[in-house]
Amino acid sequence: MISVRGLTKTYASGFAALKKVDLEIERGEIFALLGPNGAGKTTLINIICGIVNASSGTVIADGHDIAHDFRPARQKIGLVPQELATDAFESVIATVTFSRGLFGKPANPAYLEKVLRDLSLWDKRNEKIMALSGGMKRRVLIAKALSHEPQILFLDEPTAGVDVALRRDMWAMVRKLRESGVTIILTTHYIEEAEMMADRIGVIDQGEIILVEEKHRLMQKLGKKVLTLRLQKPLHELPRGIDGQLALEDEGRALVYTFDAQATDTGIASVLRQLSEQGIEFTDLSTKESSLEDIFVSLVKA
Amino acid sequence: MSLNVHAIRAIYKFELNRTFRTLVQSILSPVISTSLYFVVFGSAIGSRMAPIEGVSYGAFIIPGLIMLSLLTESISNASFGIYMPRFTGTIYELLSAPVSYVEIVIGYVGAAASKSLIIGCIILGTARMFVPFQVAHPVWMVAFLLLTSISFSLFGFILGLWANGWEKLQIIPILVITPLTFLGGSFYSISMLPPLWQKLTLFNPVVYLISGFRWSFFGLSDVSVGLSLGITLLFLVVCLGAVAWIFKTGYRLKN
Repeated sequence: MISVRGLTKTYASGFAALKKVDLEIERGEIFALLGPNGAGKTTLINIICGIVNASSGTVIADGHDIAHDFRPARQKIGLVPQELATDAFESVIATVTFSRGLFGKPANPAYLEKVLRDLSLWDKRNEKIMALSGGMKRRVLIAKALSHEPQILFLDEPTAGVDVALRRDMWAMVRKLRESGVTIILTTHYIEEAEMMADRIGVIDQGEIILVEEKHRLMQKLGKKVLTLRLQKPLHELPRGIDGQLALEDEGRALVYTFDAQATDTGIASVLRQLSEQGIEFTDLSTKESSLEDIFVSLVKA
Repeated sequence: MSLNVHAIRAIYKFELNRTFRTLVQSILSPVISTSLYFVVFGSAIGSRMAPIEGVSYGAFIIPGLIMLSLLTESISNASFGIYMPRFTGTIYELLSAPVSYVEIVIGYVGAAASKSLIIGCIILGTARMFVPFQVAHPVWMVAFLLLTSISFSLFGFILGLWANGWEKLQIIPILVITPLTFLGGSFYSISMLPPLWQKLTLFNPVVYLISGFRWSFFGLSDVSVGLSLGITLLFLVVCLGAVAWIFKTGYRLKN
């Protein structure tokens, strides 16, 4: 659906925001772009959407080059920007109607009503945007982005500064959009969000895509499991004679064993055997899979 | 390449709505200030002044006053219209929309010029209540009104793109446009000036605008009508070129 090739961006200040980025987004998927602040997420999105000029490279959106064939390319794209930039003095319905026209679509009040209803904005349609709360303004931006029935939707940090309820609503809406065939690219700081939503995940750091992987495979490949044992008596040093990654936590009250979930021999059995041989008793035992967050931190730090 | 007519209409409507939302500020205030000029210069002072080439002073200043409002209004409307989204950040939508710069310019400049034209006509009507006058060449009068509104709305649009602060947005109208208009013969015929100033004033482009416009009313002018028209058209072309360059390079719009 979107094909980014050799995209670079060097700002006038000399800062290289993107260094030869290649990226393929597939039709109908939810793609999450993760990366620390300043990694180039927004620059990448802004180039695809036409807000920033690329220094070199090409972007093809649904078969249309975004530079030479910008009209059909941009008609297919909707963007929800990171910043809450709205026309404060306009009413909700006026600003959404404006957006639809701007993207070259004939008026369609019924469709706009549906969009506003889906976003719980219909009751507020005649209110001025400046009278709305931050979360409502965010919804207005989403409504504007959806007003022209885009096939590709960019959500740049859609849930930053948004309360839990609204975040849930947005996730539900994003899923619904995906079901209707819309391709969705989102950037987020909440890795939990990517973990819940995305089909595929791309990690960008210092202007380079360092990894693109199907989410489940990523979690399998890089995911570790940890076994935590609550000890009856605190230990002052690690028990001897046990292989593998072992650590003491909670002032010696917990013993943590990290293992590769994919391995044929996880080593759990031998750990437990060793412990009982040494007379170390425990009261509770739990295992936990590492989250995308752990994976992400280890990737970006590397 | 076909035009994105929906987009032009959306921008145009959006901008005119802004005008109607601030009706008092955008239409009433220029009408009131112009009426004050008529009362002071036209009726009070004008009654003591000798007619200029057979035209009463009160009538003589009408074209100048209309031009004065037209220039100020065109520039402020258009510059504000495009500066505001840059300032608030809503410009992202315009840049990401499937619109060409031609459509953006038609939308914004068209709306600003329309508003100036409306104000120009209202002032003309207001003037009629203070002083009797006739328009000798109505078609040319409309042509000059149109050309001036469009050219100076374009100029304002460029100003709104160039300015990167509110101060810069105000400074050009105050430091350049207002003096040029006042010294461009709004209130006098340049033949009333000392010889040296008569020559210097010819470097002021507004002289040609006002002279041509006044000719369309009374058939008398400081410079030839052809020259007036030529200079106005030249200004329009220069502005169009500047806008084309801005959009082509992304100057102050895209980094």
